[in-house]
Amino acid sequence: MSASLDSATEGLLPGGEKLPDFRGETSWRLERVKIPEQMAALKAKGFTYLVDLTAVDHHGEDPRFEVVYELCDIQRKKHLRIKTRVSEGESVPTVSHIWKTAEWHEREAWDMVGVRFAGHTDLRRILMWDGYPHHPLRKDFPLAGLSTEMPDIAFTAKAPLEGGPFVTNSASLTQDREPRAHPAEERNL
Amino acid sequence: MSATTLEFGDAATRTAEMEDVGEKLVLNIGPSHPSTHGVLRLVLELDGEVITKADTDIGYLHRGDEKIAENMTWNQFVPYTDRLDYMAPLANNVAYACAVEKLMGFELPPRAKVTRVICCELARISAHLLGLGAFAMDVGAMTMFLYTFTEREKIYNLIELLTGARFTTSFTRVGGQTRDIPPGFLEGVTEFCAQFPGRLDEFGSMLNRNRIFVDRTKDLGIIPDDVALDFGLTGPNLRGSGNPYDVRRAFPYLDYETYDFEVPVGSTGDCYDRFAVRMEEMRQSVLILRQAVAKMPGGAWQVHDSKNVLPPKDKVLTKMEELIHQFLVVTQGPDAPVGEIYFGAENPKGELGFYLNSRGGGVPHRLKIRAPSFCNLSILNHLLPGHTVSDVPAILGSFDFVMGECDR
Repeated sequence: MSASLDSATEGLLPGGEKLPDFRGETSWRLERVKIPEQMAALKAKGFTYLVDLTAVDHHGEDPRFEVVYELCDIQRKKHLRIKTRVSEGESVPTVSHIWKTAEWHEREAWDMVGVRFAGHTDLRRILMWDGYPHHPLRKDFPLAGLSTEMPDIAFTAKAPLEGGPFVTNSASLTQDREPRAHPAEERNL
Repeated sequence: MSATTLEFGDAATRTAEMEDVGEKLVLNIGPSHPSTHGVLRLVLELDGEVITKADTDIGYLHRGDEKIAENMTWNQFVPYTDRLDYMAPLANNVAYACAVEKLMGFELPPRAKVTRVICCELARISAHLLGLGAFAMDVGAMTMFLYTFTEREKIYNLIELLTGARFTTSFTRVGGQTRDIPPGFLEGVTEFCAQFPGRLDEFGSMLNRNRIFVDRTKDLGIIPDDVALDFGLTGPNLRGSGNPYDVRRAFPYLDYETYDFEVPVGSTGDCYDRFAVRMEEMRQSVLILRQAVAKMPGGAWQVHDSKNVLPPKDKVLTKMEELIHQFLVVTQGPDAPVGEIYFGAENPKGELGFYLNSRGGGVPHRLKIRAPSFCNLSILNHLLPGHTVSDVPAILGSFDFVMGECDR
């Protein structure tokens, strides 16, 4: 995988911030408002394949969410990651008119993490059912689930977690965190 | 009407504009229907027999794998990858392990790489055989399914010998596999490779000139290559349209660049081309298997990093250090660095990618699965209009999707 971009491509990203390379991958952080314009320029430059689009919840930080685009230039065999930050309540301009595949990816990001994409023509839920009130991949959504008051849904009771095979319920964790495997700060090796 | 204020659950079939058309019929296929290969639901608006509008409804098999992954250690997630593309669990195991190893910065020993190549190619043949059998059955050639399952059975026996399980293999761990290849396995693979091409010729002769099969698949569901890429299609569905993108070639992993194989591409991008590409890919997989068996090196089959890789079981039971390491790796997980990576692998259905976002420690901060079936299906809304209802099983069959990985 080729590491850095050529200078012509870098020139397409004014206002962007180059992030440190990690494991041979190049990442850039772009300003939210410039996403459609700069993404269209990247596509014209050869990044014709949008591999993936996802959103990450950095709960407790501001801006809270980060949208991550994985681009690929098939001809020159280059990979590029574009990231942009977005606060709760704000929206990211859509790229679904640039790459059709973003249509479903953006619907999924909205459904799972709750990031809105401005200009998307069909921003419905995709994996959860219509009218579901929560966004399950947010960090403040508990693993057990939340009960919802929806008609025509068989049951929405919380899942029984106690005694579950893979869930570590450590006594040292405070109650407002969900049971999980030992987080990084607890490692003392 | 916003998504959160719907008064009835089944909104997709009753949009306001639908109530005015009158002449048109709304046909609901699935979520439980033999030709939808699982729990895919299609809402088709029909004018006579011609589809005028299609809405693909997915999510019936959503199990929250990505949420679950955030709550367990890296190794604990391996069994969940079995349930993504459950036609090729071994290939998923390998893709996931390679992704975490990329994050950890591990370089696998040669024996582990070759073992994983064998896993990937066995899984590819097995998945394509099922896709081929189900496709043929959908368009009326019932016999194929029974033939391909006979061959799959032989692969299952090999996989059982290798992993101890036939279906949910959970074979890989971060930094290696659960165990070394057992005696007799390589001989079994050689034996399979010797007889399989002949069987493949037989399958081909049953379908290539089968009038019903060809009439129902040729010039149907045509996808131009630029459109295919725009919708993120990968795997045989993209290559059927003529684009030679194959992750094994473009971004080689597991030393795929050292193997001699061809990447077959189609010419028109119709259902028949997608079928033909899969047939040829199985032949190429046999070639790769033969090369892998021939060059299987000896030596270590796990990365040597005692603090992050599970130690061999015999040492765990006899040595104190290994017992401590085993305890730490199992309870706290491998200690991943802070960072984020994307790793894509060429799976039978297309590019299976993992985006891993780590804040350090034994658990992912975010794990996103880039599922090939999810992207492949996203084209249906645009592809189906203009076709007739009887074309739907042929198009769905030629896509060879798995809802387990689409819905995750």
